[in-house]
Amino acid sequence: MANPLAGVRAARHRLKETHPLSVLIAERLGLSVLLLWAVSVLIFAGVEALPGDFAETYLGQSATPQAIANIREDLGLDRPITTRYFEWLGGVIQGDFGNSWASGAPVTEQITKRLGNSLFLAFFAAAISVPLAVGLGMVAVHYRNRIPDRVINVLSLAAISLPEFFIGYILIVFFAVQMGVATFPSTVYDNMGWSERLAAIALPTATLVMVVLAHMMRMTRAAIISVMSSAYMETAELKGLGAFKAIVKHAAPNAIAPIVNVVALNLAYLVVGVVVVEVVFVYPGMGQYMVDAVTVRDMPVVQACGLIFAAVYILLNMVADIVAIVANPRLRHPR
Amino acid sequence: MTDPIKYFASRVTASEMNRREFIGRSMAAGLTLAAATSLYGKAAMAQEPKRGGHLKLGLQGGASTDVIDPAKSSSQFTFAMNRNWGDTLVESHPTSGLAVPSLAESWEPNADASVWTFKIRKGVEFHDGSELTIDDVVKTLNRHTDEKSESGALGVLGSIKGIENKGGDLVLTLSEGNADLPLLLSDYHLVIQPGGGYDNPSAGIGTGPFKIDNFEAGVRATFVKNENDWRTDRGFVDSVEMIVMNDATARMAALSSGQVHFINRVDPKTVGLLKRAPNVEIQTTSGRGHYVFIMHCNTAPFDNNDLRLALKYAMDRETMVEKILGGYGKVGNDFPINETYALFPEGIEQRSYDPDKAAFHFKKSGHDGSVLLRTSDVAFPGAVDAAVLYQETAKKAGIDIEIKREPGDGYWSNVWNVQPFSTSYWGGRPTQDQMYSTAYLSSADWNDTRFFNTNFDKILLEARAELDQAKRKEMYHDMALMVRDTGGLILPMFNDFVNATTTNVSGFVDDIGNDMSNGYVASRLWINS
Repeated sequence: MANPLAGVRAARHRLKETHPLSVLIAERLGLSVLLLWAVSVLIFAGVEALPGDFAETYLGQSATPQAIANIREDLGLDRPITTRYFEWLGGVIQGDFGNSWASGAPVTEQITKRLGNSLFLAFFAAAISVPLAVGLGMVAVHYRNRIPDRVINVLSLAAISLPEFFIGYILIVFFAVQMGVATFPSTVYDNMGWSERLAAIALPTATLVMVVLAHMMRMTRAAIISVMSSAYMETAELKGLGAFKAIVKHAAPNAIAPIVNVVALNLAYLVVGVVVVEVVFVYPGMGQYMVDAVTVRDMPVVQACGLIFAAVYILLNMVADIVAIVANPRLRHPR
Repeated sequence: MTDPIKYFASRVTASEMNRREFIGRSMAAGLTLAAATSLYGKAAMAQEPKRGGHLKLGLQGGASTDVIDPAKSSSQFTFAMNRNWGDTLVESHPTSGLAVPSLAESWEPNADASVWTFKIRKGVEFHDGSELTIDDVVKTLNRHTDEKSESGALGVLGSIKGIENKGGDLVLTLSEGNADLPLLLSDYHLVIQPGGGYDNPSAGIGTGPFKIDNFEAGVRATFVKNENDWRTDRGFVDSVEMIVMNDATARMAALSSGQVHFINRVDPKTVGLLKRAPNVEIQTTSGRGHYVFIMHCNTAPFDNNDLRLALKYAMDRETMVEKILGGYGKVGNDFPINETYALFPEGIEQRSYDPDKAAFHFKKSGHDGSVLLRTSDVAFPGAVDAAVLYQETAKKAGIDIEIKREPGDGYWSNVWNVQPFSTSYWGGRPTQDQMYSTAYLSSADWNDTRFFNTNFDKILLEARAELDQAKRKEMYHDMALMVRDTGGLILPMFNDFVNATTTNVSGFVDDIGNDMSNGYVASRLWINS
């Protein structure tokens, strides 16, 4: 054997035969890290390319050339971009995102709090919307083209067609301003009691549920319907299985892959895409944090947020793929 | 209640107007004697502040980048925070705009206003229990004037060369005379901190009416009453909560549902809607901020004064105030000063829309073709609409204005102060001298109209050191005329500060100094029920 690479390839092949799932996951993880690195380069270059710089933007109308120069020197902005990039990357690998330029506070500490808030909201929105969407999807299939199906479809389409800020405002006007039953603004802070916290997030959670529900529900419905037209479903029907039982036992497992995919996408959205909802409800999450940072070109914060957002997306997509593979053994051995 | 009478009542509440004056003016405005008398009673009763309660403010302008360190204050939110926990040496009077004592009890200039002696108040305690000393004052000013400082007040204090403790008094030596020095010290960055704030500038230890309880940048800040406050005429509530609400609709919803007592930055477009809520009161304050169209006097085609005059006459100022500000503002006269400034130059004829004169000057300038105006929504709220409105009125004078809409991101670095004709915004300054020095002095960093006039520069520097107020007023009159008639500034409007309170709070003072009752809103409001 002259070629050592061939040996590696053979070993990999053997491993793949014995532990197909572990190899797949390991490969995915490796790929994810590579992707994250690429994202870090893109973010760094992107923020650098934005017009305006931190010192100017941060000082605003009180900027003097002297103060600007002081800040630039303080932060080492006069050094070349590559040097700064590698220094930053070195820190990130050790879990240190550096200090915010604007506030001087450690980014990691601030992000932990903000990410916690975002996850808190996302968790409740997901805990309500995912079972609801899948359940409603199944109900819709069961009553396909009949009144319940139509009602579910029309309502969910209406909800998805309205922009989220609009839904938010309507909920605020109705429940907070007119009826006075809901807590608004939804600001959460340290040392806040659990019940207060839950009351605070009621309206934003409801908004998010309405926003993501239709997407997942319709995908569930479509996926199950497409499975329903396959031969084995006909068999199930012929052997006398009840319609609902057939959906749950035979159709649903085979429809898992597309459903999980769309669920993952929506979960990712719940964490990283809810800036508008955060603004409307005055909720201190990650999105708001990143927008603030972009406005003043607070690079360490923007980069950290960008990386975390990318990581959430990559992670959830990876989980979705793995779940799909587990659910469908055929995917483990790609032809 | 009609608006002028409401205004008089607020003057009474703020102890700015006595009974005779109030009744006289209200009757002149159409009230009967009986109605005026009873109204005065109500307004005067409102003078008795109630103590206690938890005051909640919903404020635009906070961000997660905010810090407590007053040197680095740059947002509306930290501006109002500083006023809560700290004091400056000097304050500006709510209606006259003149310097009034705060931590400095009194002051004296020398003959040419280049050396100032301040007596510092005795017996004032910081939140940590230590007593305010002259050293704290000297160190604070040192920190803000240090060349390496990142303080937002560095520019304001540029002329201070010496800060000394002479026999227990603060003595400031300037590189040139400045009759306005005391007012400069009312800048909200210049909060006096123990040890000058060198050790821990973000500790939030000051002498203000409230102590910082909790602060989460970009989220909220809470305060509790400073029981050892050296003043009794402020800080009426037990605790204050300031919540960052950057969304205009969220602020309106929070106010009209009674979740907060005060909001700032009410959108002129929706004031009418908000007014309909029964528990809401709109608080408008004349401001010094102004929306401008700026031409570079040294760049073709704007280097021709006839073209500049043509463009000035082609501006319909009344319509601008009505459409863009929703009526919440005052017409401008092409110089950056209005009557809220002390020593406002009176008797300058108001320039108004005149298509014929515009056409005459346009023809005389010899320019043909269109004029390119750059604008963006970040220049000021409604800037793009204002540009389109301007385009329409100019068309009637035969002037073709081409509008280029620029991206908001980077507008301040790539367009403003770079391109020859653009829209922009100026916040006011405490004094005329500062306003002119910032943007109209030939050597100013922000001479955004490229206004180079040696005669103007000379008068500006003379006026700065002039202690005779009458002479000074005359000088400012001349300067205003120069900017108005030969400058590159088109100033259609001064915008009011539009805030709103719920009806169960009182004490809001229309302070011409700045927005939110010059930042003192939390220490001036009290809760009635």
